[in-house]
Amino acid sequence: MSILRSAFGDRSILVAQRTSDWRGAVWLAGEGLVASGRTTPDYTSQMVATVEELGPYIVLAPGLALAHAHPGPAVLNQGLSLVTLATPVNFGNPKNDPVDVVIGLAANDHEGHLDLMGALAVFLTDDNMMTKLRKVTVREELLELLG
Amino acid sequence: MKIIAVCGMGIGTSVLLKMNAEKVLKLMGIEATVDAADISSAKAAAANAQIVLTTPELVFKLDGLNAEIIEIDHVFDLTEIRQKLEKALL
Repeated sequence: MSILRSAFGDRSILVAQRTSDWRGAVWLAGEGLVASGRTTPDYTSQMVATVEELGPYIVLAPGLALAHAHPGPAVLNQGLSLVTLATPVNFGNPKNDPVDVVIGLAANDHEGHLDLMGALAVFLTDDNMMTKLRKVTVREELLELLG
Repeated sequence: MKIIAVCGMGIGTSVLLKMNAEKVLKLMGIEATVDAADISSAKAAAANAQIVLTTPELVFKLDGLNAEIIEIDHVFDLTEIRQKLEKALL
């Protein structure tokens, strides 16, 4: 199993979700991490607080946000979650709004997740990947994309 | 050459920026070390750096640095990263 695929636990993927704003979108990414045993619910609140404090810089590319917070006790295991939104939401990022794909990231420390980030960088640098991610309707399709 | 990639937490955006900048620099044939830093340690980390890579939303936190600050809008767009690095370096 690829490092990317193993980072997504059971129940870490939520497709075609509906929410009204960016907080809801980040919350869903947090729910994916909690449901797959990677974080406690505190981490979800920390991810929301990160955006409140530092702004919508987590919107890394058109339509894509990488929700995350500091490594800490709320992180149980390194992992990722993925949320696709049926209706995009704005984060307040002038270049990359609106967002319809949110990846949640939980890291234990500043170094242990570098291989995972490398794999994620390669995955998301593929020009067609966002288009493919948006078309996913069931979890299995996403796992297939992850390789 | 020393380059610092900066984001809020030092674990997500900056790591992805670092990895993609390293790829681009290699293609450009430029020898450089790229380190990731979070916003709270960025000023210290960038004290002896030539370039700081970050996202537009965080630039206001980085005033007073000697290093040239390059804003990257699309972290996965290697062409954008390359064009902006070329403009700064060549």
